[in-house]
Amino acid sequence: MAKKSDKIGAVAVVGGGITGIQAALDLADMGFKVYLLEKSSAIGGVMAQLDKTFPTNDCSMCILSPKLVDCARHVNIELFTNTEVQKIEGKPGNFIVKALKKPRYVDMEKCTSCGSCEEVCPIKLPNLFEHGLSDRKAIYKLYPQAIPNAYVIDKEGDGKHRGCVNCMKCTDVCEVGAINHDEKPENLKLNVGAVIVATGSQPFNPVIKPEFGYKKYQNVMTSVEFERVLSASGPFEGKILRPSDKKTPKKIAWVHCVGSRDKSVEHEYCSSMCCMYTAKEAVIAKEHDADIEPTVFYIDIRSFGKDFDKYIDRAKREHGLRYVRSRISEIVENQKTKDLVIRYEDDSGELKEETFNLVVLSVGLCIAEEQRNELIGRLGFETNEFGFVYTNPDDPVVLKPGIFVAGSFLEPQAIPESVMQASAAAANAAALLKDVRGTLVKEKQYPAERDVSGEKPRVGVFVCHCGINIGGYVDVPAVVKFAKSLDDVAYAEANLYTCSEDTQKKIVNAIKKHNLNRILVAACTPRTHEPLFQKSLRDAGLNPYLLEMTNIREQCSWVHMDKPKEATDKAKQLVAMTVAKIRFLQPIQEAEIPVTQKALVIGGGIAGMTAALSLADQGYETALVEKEQVLGGYLNKVYYTVEGIEIDQLLKETVEKVQKHDIIKVYTGSSLVSLNGYVGSYESEIKTPKGTANFNHGIIVVTVGADEYKPNSYLYGKNPQVFTQSELEKKLSECLPEDIHDGETFVMIQCVESRDEQRPYCSRICCMQAVKNAIRIKELNPRAEVFVLYRDLMTYGFKEKFYKTAREKGVMFLQYDAEKKPIVSANDDGLVVKMFEPMLQRELRIPVDTLVLSTGLQPNLDNSVIAQMLKVPVNDDGFFLEAHVKLRPVDFSTRGVFVAGNCHMPKFIGESIYQAQAAAARAATILAQPKLAAEPNIAVVDEDMCSGCKLCISVCPYNAIDSVEEKINGKTVVRARVNEGLCQGCGVCVATCPSGAMQQRGFKDEQILPMVEETV
Amino acid sequence: MIEKEKEPKTEEFEPKIVGFLCNWCSYAGADLAGTSRIQYPPNVRIIRVMCSGSVDSMYILRALLEGADGVFIGGCHPGDCHYIDGNYKARRRIVLLKDILNTFGIEKERVWVRWISASEGQKFAETMREMTEEIRKLGPNPIAKQWNI
Ligand code: FES
Repeated sequence: MAKKSDKIGAVAVVGGGITGIQAALDLADMGFKVYLLEKSSAIGGVMAQLDKTFPTNDCSMCILSPKLVDCARHVNIELFTNTEVQKIEGKPGNFIVKALKKPRYVDMEKCTSCGSCEEVCPIKLPNLFEHGLSDRKAIYKLYPQAIPNAYVIDKEGDGKHRGCVNCMKCTDVCEVGAINHDEKPENLKLNVGAVIVATGSQPFNPVIKPEFGYKKYQNVMTSVEFERVLSASGPFEGKILRPSDKKTPKKIAWVHCVGSRDKSVEHEYCSSMCCMYTAKEAVIAKEHDADIEPTVFYIDIRSFGKDFDKYIDRAKREHGLRYVRSRISEIVENQKTKDLVIRYEDDSGELKEETFNLVVLSVGLCIAEEQRNELIGRLGFETNEFGFVYTNPDDPVVLKPGIFVAGSFLEPQAIPESVMQASAAAANAAALLKDVRGTLVKEKQYPAERDVSGEKPRVGVFVCHCGINIGGYVDVPAVVKFAKSLDDVAYAEANLYTCSEDTQKKIVNAIKKHNLNRILVAACTPRTHEPLFQKSLRDAGLNPYLLEMTNIREQCSWVHMDKPKEATDKAKQLVAMTVAKIRFLQPIQEAEIPVTQKALVIGGGIAGMTAALSLADQGYETALVEKEQVLGGYLNKVYYTVEGIEIDQLLKETVEKVQKHDIIKVYTGSSLVSLNGYVGSYESEIKTPKGTANFNHGIIVVTVGADEYKPNSYLYGKNPQVFTQSELEKKLSECLPEDIHDGETFVMIQCVESRDEQRPYCSRICCMQAVKNAIRIKELNPRAEVFVLYRDLMTYGFKEKFYKTAREKGVMFLQYDAEKKPIVSANDDGLVVKMFEPMLQRELRIPVDTLVLSTGLQPNLDNSVIAQMLKVPVNDDGFFLEAHVKLRPVDFSTRGVFVAGNCHMPKFIGESIYQAQAAAARAATILAQPKLAAEPNIAVVDEDMCSGCKLCISVCPYNAIDSVEEKINGKTVVRARVNEGLCQGCGVCVATCPSGAMQQRGFKDEQILPMVEETV
Repeated sequence: MIEKEKEPKTEEFEPKIVGFLCNWCSYAGADLAGTSRIQYPPNVRIIRVMCSGSVDSMYILRALLEGADGVFIGGCHPGDCHYIDGNYKARRRIVLLKDILNTFGIEKERVWVRWISASEGQKFAETMREMTEEIRKLGPNPIAKQWNI
């Protein structure tokens, strides 16, 4: 380990997809210098290519864009595109990263992205961002919203097509002289303390599976290609067309598990996200064109994530997705119609065929040959049997000391997991470099704020098409025209994506050029995008609170999709209402509040202990509160794993580390009884066996866990042969081989009282619990009989291999239909399970010695108590609801409160560990700052109007108002006074004040009432 | 499939509804209705406020006097208010307000208060459907009519 003095307070993040971006942003906000290295010419990765994201159907570009812009704007993130890492030398805390920066041939500083070069360029190549579905020029921008927002020249071509021929036409036409055809590659040497590798994986190329006809038949495409077809900025501008005749296909088939769960291509793992993106693509396709008939050919529907089951349910129920459980033997083309015939075996074993107009192959992810040879080989990372890098399951993001990993480079996975790992990797790097935090960073300087007090309102209106998300239903040009007609509107324009980086520049320029002093963005919800636009105002020297957004997407275009006229009228009126308000906006200067740089973690299971350790290792004093007498939580009920985690050791070591840590204070047998304050400055009262303890802290991490659900059905609790999976696990952990006799029969029923009306969620872990216990039984006595009756086997990712192991050991997996649940009866001969077997098309009768019920986890009953105390939401199932399922998976929308572990949703140990580290990282982005900006929208008193009635004092929930006595003309008068640090901006006092003296900034009567008037 | 709204007959009265939604729950619920693409009638105009407790009775009165046919106030579920108990305060205030409305000759059924959480997109859409129908049945705001004379 490097000495304190020679550690470097900088981190290299390799890979500029969403994972790398998240890691970079977290680290930069924690006080580290970040070098973000990206191989292609722009950051954004795969997420930039997606149309929508599941399970919320959020527009991918829209939720990514603020992060791209944040990255580009962050003073402590330095971006290197076209850059590949060659070597990492040195030791943890002090590495030299050697990288090759290939020439871009375009000066990013000078390029204005005007596109003249592209117009004159004579060379055409397949556009790889569009997966070759369209062409691009040799000088191009990776995608319209690319960051950095500059062109690049392709000199190499792609083997089949040549690149730039040095015709110099672009040089001639470029007015700013940004093009330099002679630019040379540059060797970079970056001195950093830690490295995070987040280079992602590759979609499987189905060419090597000839039976699917990919590249042979025009109308067979991959799901990643189809994603571009759906995209408004894609090759067909969001119209669903098939390649052969550019006509809208009616019958579309999706084929699951292409290149996943497939021995023939050595991909015996599940790619985890294909089931869900397939449902999403089908739903969105249907949304684009209601006549489309989507069919999905599948093996299992692995809807194991939060709210995934509900999504699939809705897809079936409301969007008419037809699911066919099947194995496909081949796809052949009808040469005349170019339609495709899918030949398959259905679940009763019958051979069938059906014709479709378009076939989409749901491809999985893999590590491409070149990645294996280049990055992994060059840097000497250990890999697993599937070619992905290997990490310890109980230390999931640590590749080597000082080198961390995140995202689908580690395992195929969806965005939330990648984002959590990114933050987790950042937490690990921050712990390693805690002594040099803040040594290499700068503070962002904004231009001085323009004084607009004397100016007449000049409103700039920016109306977003949001691809086709708004523009497809609302007549955006008409809204712009309408906006221009409104009083005080000095400027209005439409944007494809108002949140993109180039639009931010446009906004800044428009403010300067047209001398605007109020900005209205008519786009999506202010809840996600307001901070982005506020920063643009600051960049232009305007106070950020002179911005107002109006929501014409979530609350207009998306909810009135079949009523374009009404939607347009509504959008216009929303703009008019907001203009009515915006005139009266005043600049706001927020107060600063000091941050108590300490953390409170509630819940001492593996997630809580990990979060506490991560925070303490980063140097933040932490209190850990656990209601039980011992630490460990649910881990105390786990006895063994199959993925190689030694539970005893993990538990013992973690508890020891926590207890011995000099800045962690552990309170067992304790609970939080009261909480006061707000982000940066909380005061807690903890009831402990020794009395009450008080603790002041700046943030809170909630890790209160979940517990196994105890069922009411299948004779549980009534028959001694019936157990839950956890109970069986405990028994098996104490079993000797001779305890299980030959032929002893175990039947496990999955999804018991789970994924049904009452508990409509999948608990994610129970299938693996069954697989694990089944393997254990077979290891104890191979001649025991084990049957697993399941609906969909959720052995996602690399867990698939244990499913295989179980089958190889002779465990019988029988699929049952949710409509025809197995039936259990007890008679004098013992227990019998009956189930309908679709393959055999008849009922099976299995006499059972031990019946095991997989019931999953249920949220703690006291979640709602904690939720109310902390002011954070739970979802319909009782699990905590994060701020955003994709991109803010460990944050609550309440600033300063974070979540991890089973209380967020059921998950595996490794997942809880990285999620807890992620929560610690996110928390540290607050704790690293000595001061925070206080709530801007606080109450203010108009002294002249205050009658001193003190009603406001009695209703204020934060005791933020006192009364002061003043002498005016010799008379003593009482006035209310708001304490700026305490006021949270709820506005209750405003509504209560009888004399109209109390006003809430940003929501003053003079701002709201004109809005009201404009509505009618 | 997008749930098709029942097409109102052309002569059918289209109520104007003003909605005050708290930032933390109901506004988020309305956003979720959007991301889930749950369709509802386009009659409501939403004004975002930080808490249902900040909705001044004056705002509601003004809306009705100006001619809105209905006013909707959406807040967090009891106990869930981001600011502890703003929603209780809102409820109490609106009970009082409804009495006053009668003296103005405005049916108190024109003012709706509902608790809708950030995860209840469906509920928000349903509530909007229901309210639009109910107000449609009530007919135009009588005050507005008077002023039109
Ligand atoms: S914040 Fe939603 S009602 Fe108070």
